[in-house]
Amino acid sequence: MAVRAARSAGFTAVLLLFLVLAGSAWTGDAPAAHNGTPSTQEDPDPHHGTNATNHRKAFPVLAFNYDHVRKPFEISLWILLALLMKLGFHIIPRVSHVVPESCLLIFVGLLVGGVIKAMDEKAPVLDSKLFFLYLLPPIILDAGYFLPIRAFTENMGTILVFAVVGTLWNAFFVGGMMFAVCQIEAAQVGHVDLLSCLLFGSIISAVDPVAVLAVFEEIHINELLHILVFGESLLNDAVTVVLYHLFEEFSHAGTVTVGDAFLGVVSFFVVSLGGILVGVIYGVLGAFTSRFTSHSRVIEPLFVFLYSYMAYLSAEVFHLSGIMSLIACGVVMRPYVEANISHKSYTTIKYFLKMWSSVSETLIFIFLGLSTVEGPHNWNWIFVIFTLVLCLLSRVLGVVGLTFIINKFRIVKLTKKDQFIVAYGGLRGAIAFSLGFLLTDSEKKHMFLTAIITVIFFTVFVQGMTIRPLVDLLAVKRKKESKASINEEIHTQFLDHLLTGIGDICGHYGHHHWKDKLNRFNKTYVKKWLIAGERSNEPQLISFYNKMEMKQAMMLVESGSAAKLPSVMAAASAQNIQQQREEARQQKLLKISKTREAEIRKVLRANLQKTRQRLRSYSRHDLFMDPFEEDMSEVRFRKQKVEMERRMSHYLTVPAKRQETPSVRKVWFEPEHKVYTYDDSQSPRSGAIQLNPRPSDGAALLDGSPQGSEPSAAPQSADQSERQKPSRCLSDPGPNEDEEESIFFSSR
Amino acid sequence: MKLETCLTGFVSSHVRSNTHVAPRVTPWLFFYPHPFRKEDFNGIPDLASNPIRTQIVEAFFDQRNFSKDGDGKVDEIGFEEFLVVMSHFRPPSLPMTDEQRDSVRKEKLRFLFNMHDSDNDGMITLEEYRHVVEELLSRSGALGKETAKGIADAAMLEVASISVGHMEPDEFYEGITFDHFLKLLATFEIESKMSVRFLNMDTITLCK
Repeated sequence: MAVRAARSAGFTAVLLLFLVLAGSAWTGDAPAAHNGTPSTQEDPDPHHGTNATNHRKAFPVLAFNYDHVRKPFEISLWILLALLMKLGFHIIPRVSHVVPESCLLIFVGLLVGGVIKAMDEKAPVLDSKLFFLYLLPPIILDAGYFLPIRAFTENMGTILVFAVVGTLWNAFFVGGMMFAVCQIEAAQVGHVDLLSCLLFGSIISAVDPVAVLAVFEEIHINELLHILVFGESLLNDAVTVVLYHLFEEFSHAGTVTVGDAFLGVVSFFVVSLGGILVGVIYGVLGAFTSRFTSHSRVIEPLFVFLYSYMAYLSAEVFHLSGIMSLIACGVVMRPYVEANISHKSYTTIKYFLKMWSSVSETLIFIFLGLSTVEGPHNWNWIFVIFTLVLCLLSRVLGVVGLTFIINKFRIVKLTKKDQFIVAYGGLRGAIAFSLGFLLTDSEKKHMFLTAIITVIFFTVFVQGMTIRPLVDLLAVKRKKESKASINEEIHTQFLDHLLTGIGDICGHYGHHHWKDKLNRFNKTYVKKWLIAGERSNEPQLISFYNKMEMKQAMMLVESGSAAKLPSVMAAASAQNIQQQREEARQQKLLKISKTREAEIRKVLRANLQKTRQRLRSYSRHDLFMDPFEEDMSEVRFRKQKVEMERRMSHYLTVPAKRQETPSVRKVWFEPEHKVYTYDDSQSPRSGAIQLNPRPSDGAALLDGSPQGSEPSAAPQSADQSERQKPSRCLSDPGPNEDEEESIFFSSR
Repeated sequence: MKLETCLTGFVSSHVRSNTHVAPRVTPWLFFYPHPFRKEDFNGIPDLASNPIRTQIVEAFFDQRNFSKDGDGKVDEIGFEEFLVVMSHFRPPSLPMTDEQRDSVRKEKLRFLFNMHDSDNDGMITLEEYRHVVEELLSRSGALGKETAKGIADAAMLEVASISVGHMEPDEFYEGITFDHFLKLLATFEIESKMSVRFLNMDTITLCK
């Protein structure tokens, strides 16, 4: 039933598109007539003045003016079509399990292209400007912003070697061998000279981040392999840019001198380091700006996006590596921005980035399919077959050879299985196509494009589809579903310091030493400038802990209090009616709180052990899985949203005013939606804990917060009895107030 | 005077028999004729800014790290003991069977455990764990104490729930035993994380 619905939805979408395109072609002629009509209408009027009896058309109640909205309409329709397709795939589970999404999208593009071609229309092609300026940046920013820094820096050496040396090897090997192939008489491509072949080699040799992301995110491979292939695909952009421009210049000039080659090498360093520098500058600017956004939270996400995009564009202006600039900007900006912005802004940034990158990726693959059908093609059997074979061969040779050298320097060696996956995961994609498209029009260009498209199709379809069964077959390690464990975080930090210390004792200035120095520099100078207020002093362990606790809180609120909601509402509204029975009600509520406290303790304890799974895989289009979101129905969600917003709005839109003062304000969550704030400044044991219950807005407000000793006595005793339980399990003698409070969440 | 040691032309055969791969040390270390004391370590400038330096230095003087049955602390150690402690940080050699990997992991985790368990009762109690977290946060100033307690408590709760599972409200969780510790850091891949790279170098250089 659903399948049929999805299929019919898909067909209607295609049909709709077909109609619109046909209509747009038809109305292309219409505007002339349309514009003519009013003008002819105008003319008689001034001549004939008030002569109303002339042939005057009735006022058009309904008019058709497609031309006015043509461009935005078509763009929106395309995007809508792409997203409907995406939806459709997931409704048909069988297909989406076997075939990766990218293949299906290309296939759809082919279909649509075929339909359009059959209508003798001109289909939109993957214009290079569109691709490089609009479609690529969101994907790269999404990848760069959420790059796992630890894994990336630990494997930086390996990644760099693969990216730089590997790509160079690929480019020269393929280019050189293709030149040799072109000399074969039978190919009839003798007119292709060495430089063109090298240019072709440089275009086709780069591993494509879009394709890698699209395929790898579905197979959930372990972190190391993922970061190796993905990091390589990002960093080889610099090499690709340099080689492409180099060979393009040379192929116009005709000859190459040694000086030129030297300049090429210099240019590589300029391009890569310059790109990174531009990114870092914009990143610092963005971080600095975010320090002052506490009064206008709504525009915070925009700063992140705009600064990053500007970094990309600025790098492109100077022909520096835009991708590296974008990555550098995201990486630099992220820790400081996240410390400054509100939680809502953080969520917004996360969602928008994922959304844009998802749309971009979908569009890219559909357009790739379209462009294939559009052509123009120049199919040359020998050229294409040899290109394919040589690409695969050079990739395998490159990876094996480089791993042999790299393994001498690695602690965790790369096994044969790892090497195979790295080699097999070297997918080509839309970047290669767009670069090829940018070449000047000629016979050669069409031949190159055909070959490029063939390689792309082969890698995406064949390699993309078979990599999942191969991963299963070879029993490659999958991603660990690691819990966000406070113990692991403690020990990670502990080990860091331990290894740095050991290194210092021996006078060995290794990896840890420099990392430690960077951290200290960061803490003493940089954080003071870029992080607002007192968050600048917060060590990483504490912020990790706070993040974890907040996730706990939200989970608790969303799940634990759902069932209890109606009774609370009833109780609260009853209070409003009867003023004199208010105290009794208070008692009742507080009594409820006693039993509820025990429950909360249990739930909290249970929740601490099954903290929200932090998926360390890179499922880019599904965010961190939230089972509770799926369970909630609309009504419950709205009620809780109101409540949560009240509660959270205070401490979420205000970044942590850190407690340097002794009065530590802590917020204790309770399902009755009362917010009790403890003031530590008041002497804890001497009986008068100032409880300021702030009742919820969702129901009627309690008039007059009771601040007498009576209500405070009851919760105090409740607290005391309740404290027995956790303190026992913490092997501490007796109730100890400090401990108790510290388990609750610190207000931010 | 700065503590700098380097290896002379020989590595004592006694050390070689203790450790599978005799650790070779970088040229920066030169051989001290007299045994090391704790004060010597304090002379290293970079170590001064390390939050857990006391625990690191203590680890060198902890007899539990020298041999299986050792106990208690000593005041001075010779070069041999120094190397034995350092050998805990050697990186794993690649073709490792599962038993080898297990034993390497146990050895390294034992070292860590000894670092935490300062009173040597075989258990990391809450106080000791709190001390660990406090030390880690000791560089962060005033806000350390309270939050350190909170973090340590949360961590203990986590260990309890992982190792013991469901606990009745009046049960006691004594402390982290070595087995629980192993279970806790089971996914940590400690054999590759806890290693210092220079121990891999094959060159033994002469003292400058």
